[in-house]
Amino acid sequence: MILFDDVVLRYPRAPEPAVRGVTLDVSRGTLTAIVGPNGSGKSTLVRALLGRLVPERGRIVLDGVPLETLARRDVARRVAIVPQREEPVFPLLVRDFIALGRFAFGGVWSSETADDRVAVERAAERAGAAPYLARRTDELSGGEWQRVRIARALSQSGDALVLDEPTAFLDIGHEMGVFELLDTLAREGRAVLLVSHQLNLVARFATRIVLLHRGALAAIGAPEDVMRGDQLERVYEWPIVISRDPAVGAPVLVPLRGRAPR
Amino acid sequence: MRPRVWFVLVCGVLLAALAGLALGPVRLSPADAWAALWGAGDTNAVAIVRTLRLPRIALGLVVGAGLGMSGAALQATLRNALAEPYLLGVSGGAAVGAVLGVTLHLTASWVQPLAAFIGAAASVTLVLLVARAAGARGDPRVLLMAGVVVGAFANAAIMVLLAGAPDETVRGAIWWMMGSLGDATWTGTRWVALYVGAGGALVLAMAREIELLSLGEDPAAALGVEVERATRRVYLIASLLAAVTVAGAGLVGFVGLMVPAIVRALGARTVRSTIAGAAIAGGALVVAADVMARVIASPAELPLGAVTALIGVPFFLVRLRRMA
Repeated sequence: MILFDDVVLRYPRAPEPAVRGVTLDVSRGTLTAIVGPNGSGKSTLVRALLGRLVPERGRIVLDGVPLETLARRDVARRVAIVPQREEPVFPLLVRDFIALGRFAFGGVWSSETADDRVAVERAAERAGAAPYLARRTDELSGGEWQRVRIARALSQSGDALVLDEPTAFLDIGHEMGVFELLDTLAREGRAVLLVSHQLNLVARFATRIVLLHRGALAAIGAPEDVMRGDQLERVYEWPIVISRDPAVGAPVLVPLRGRAPR
Repeated sequence: MRPRVWFVLVCGVLLAALAGLALGPVRLSPADAWAALWGAGDTNAVAIVRTLRLPRIALGLVVGAGLGMSGAALQATLRNALAEPYLLGVSGGAAVGAVLGVTLHLTASWVQPLAAFIGAAASVTLVLLVARAAGARGDPRVLLMAGVVVGAFANAAIMVLLAGAPDETVRGAIWWMMGSLGDATWTGTRWVALYVGAGGALVLAMAREIELLSLGEDPAAALGVEVERATRRVYLIASLLAAVTVAGAGLVGFVGLMVPAIVRALGARTVRSTIAGAAIAGGALVVAADVMARVIASPAELPLGAVTALIGVPFFLVRLRRMA
């Protein structure tokens, strides 16, 4: 559904590309997680999907259609993207905020249709944001705010969902809630692409993990194949051991105390 | 926004308009002013109300509407509650365009707004380039600083343009740079209304896109907005709205700053209702300020821009403090 084909991305005036030749196919019904150290190019891939950065080489293809030939509205109907940061300056009612996800479906003067209303309510229900529809966006806690943003993405009713660190600043309960929701959405047939620093959670939920290192693919595959101590140690430049969680059987990363290997 | 709020706004406009008809160097009772409006009663009063005060109120309403909508659109797009055409130097640029038009003898009622528009569009571009060169387009302080600098440059440019002009032109130009509804005519007001109406329709048509832009560039792009193109369009339309008001009434500052904030405080949440509410509240504010300009030092008249600045500067400082 989303294909990065040998993509090279460079920020304006940057001497080096931020992403150097990444090939990655995100298909429906899977949860793909992009992990890697700070500055490894994770968010840059998301920015390219947003059309904010045009590949210097290679291409991005959505369902067989090159990204650059699509209007942003057409992209928004296929892929819902939740960018990393978002701080509204002028607060909105949560309901109106979620309804902004329907922008790509409406005309200039058209007001909300019955389809829009249904999409907004279902999205709020799915993301667990229904209880605060009548509140203002500046009255939400961090966890509520992330749910509301995910609800807005769901109201776009596309087949793909891309989230850049959706659980940053969330406590364990809210974080697990988000991961469970993404897992369900993937099982229902959506293509879910997730940028995250939570390797241990990613190892339990993702169908596939993409490990980025300095803008290139360091590893790609099932959690078992990517969560290897030597590999992670090299990428994160920190001593790491991998154990197995006795309760759930998933690989667990444990960073060791001490100095970085040099 | 609740119907009650719209009702309050419309009542505000009516009250301001009634005060505008009744108050001035010649003071009329509301009842006499109302009668004179329909051609009844004292002939002097009829002449004052219908030929002097009514066009002035009409011009005030459209100028206020233009400034209010321009400010509301700029604030949302720039994600900055302190943005407004005057502080961003847009009005100053418009004034340069208009004065340039006058010195080139392009004085037709329909040409002046266009000359002002060209000046305004040039200055908004300049402000954004300066802010971007400073590396912080999103920083409210840098943006305002760029606006103040471009506004000062515009003032200097006007002085240079006027250097060789006859005294009378200079006096007229200075009065006009302080803002005034004193020269209101029906022909001029009709052109201003036409341009403000067109600009208002365009900005309301973009209201949903502006709402998304107000979330930031990345979220807007994620939800289907062509960010660069939409942003450029908003700047152009906001410049048009501000420029037309400058052509019609000179430099009237702080209306675009205060009005959107007032409308939001009354309960406007979405950009569409903020813009529409700002059009109404802006008209009420400018007409009311014009009444004050006529009454405070009567029989002398204060410049309208001085009155709006006297109200606007404390307002600005309070908001600035709240942002810090």
